[in-house]
Amino acid sequence: MKKYSGFSLFSNALSYHENWQKIWRSPKPKSDYDVIVVGGGGHGLATAYYLAKVHGIRNVAVIEKGYLGGGNTARNTTIIRSNYLWDEAAQLYELALKLWEGLSQELNYNVMFSQRGVLNLGHNLQDMRDIERRVNANRLNGIDGEVVTPERIKEIAPLINISPDCRYPILGASWQPRGGTARHDAVAWGYARGADALGVDMIQQTEVTGIRRQNGAVLGVETTAGFIGARKVACVTAGNSGVVAAMAGLRLPVESRPLQALVSEPVKPCLDTVVMSNAVHGYVSQSDKGDLVIGAGVDGYNGYGQRGSFHVIEHTLQAICELFPAFSRIRMNRQWGGVVDTCPDACPIISKTSVGGLYFNCGWGTGGFKATPASGFVFADTVANDHPHPLAAAFDVDRFNTGALIDEHGAAGVAH
Amino acid sequence: MLLIHCPHCREDREEEEFSYGGEAHIVRPLAPESLTDEAWGDYLFFRKNPRGIHHEMWYHGTGCRRYFYATRNTLTYAILETYCVGEKPLVSASIVSTAL
Repeated sequence: MKKYSGFSLFSNALSYHENWQKIWRSPKPKSDYDVIVVGGGGHGLATAYYLAKVHGIRNVAVIEKGYLGGGNTARNTTIIRSNYLWDEAAQLYELALKLWEGLSQELNYNVMFSQRGVLNLGHNLQDMRDIERRVNANRLNGIDGEVVTPERIKEIAPLINISPDCRYPILGASWQPRGGTARHDAVAWGYARGADALGVDMIQQTEVTGIRRQNGAVLGVETTAGFIGARKVACVTAGNSGVVAAMAGLRLPVESRPLQALVSEPVKPCLDTVVMSNAVHGYVSQSDKGDLVIGAGVDGYNGYGQRGSFHVIEHTLQAICELFPAFSRIRMNRQWGGVVDTCPDACPIISKTSVGGLYFNCGWGTGGFKATPASGFVFADTVANDHPHPLAAAFDVDRFNTGALIDEHGAAGVAH
Repeated sequence: MLLIHCPHCREDREEEEFSYGGEAHIVRPLAPESLTDEAWGDYLFFRKNPRGIHHEMWYHGTGCRRYFYATRNTLTYAILETYCVGEKPLVSASIVSTAL
């Protein structure tokens, strides 16, 4: 892999940028691998990268039915924060945030991580009590955060409406300055390039159709390109996790829901932070291109259709106009949906299964993007050692039978 | 926007009038105190979540305020039938796959 640098940019400019190296190979699949990662989104690619980089397992393939980073990695609103309430979740998301802080350097790929801060607004007394509690819990976990007044919110985001006369007045917020956004595609591409350079095979346009097992252990995967053997199979298939689990005769406590997002036409810089509101139910940031990136809650019903209901985005935009009256004249440009796998406790599943050599990393629901580096890091460790990483242990699928749930609904930016 | 036929009101109404009630035909265990943790967790949290034909509950909140069942394709979102509580579905995943 050729390193990206100012010099490489200059030298490639001399040949009209026609000689850049392909950022990953597209090899034919081998007949077997040490580890097959099913799903080439951000989490799957990060898993493959850390398997090769940290654990030295380089005979790895990532099998993706579409193209790399074409699912929820391409469909999310790119918000990154770690202000979760419970210790288990806070530590996992904080590991992610720490990895984000060095990710562009580590991957030699600009993931455009921008620590522009995240505001979580409170609109009533109970919101403010929850915010106080969550910020205190964050600080005890060594995570930055403070409770800010409406006046301070107005300083951070001048266009916001803090009038006490509106329908849902803003009473305060939690503020995490280290939070922010990153470029979603670059994260997938950066991890893919890094993993490829370490010898990982990216197998695109190949769908896994079955998981072959013998005596309670995996032998490999059936794909549209034939059987591929593997000692271990790591499934990172987001909304389709239940479908993949069924191939191995397993059930997961996840339900797949359409989650929508939309972007406006590009406008001049007007919002240099991320604003989220649980009560009026919406979140917004402005991309480097200038478009407002807007999202909200999942649709009410199970669905795999990668689209949602119009009244949900109508409701979202009502919330955005409530917060930012000036945005009421901005036209919306594009709208789309992704299929998210929601867990009953709004926390992920990073787990071994009852099938030997089969692992699942799923259930990230509406907020998986922010966790991409940590998800890959702890899952790679879990797969490599056949034993849960200390930060992943609490996220075992067994918790739904033991009752040790990690109820993070309150810390999500929006109600689920 | 889904257009949902309420079997009680006997009208096609917009999705906004309804709320989703999750998977249908889940039977509450008769003797919960004697269940294992596995069986209880299974009852509480594990759902079929199919990519395809799904029997599910809906609640007509701004209409008759009653629950009913629907058979819906979770990939195309087509609602194949709605029926009242106590009735059996006419459409199932096996029927649809033979029809194809």
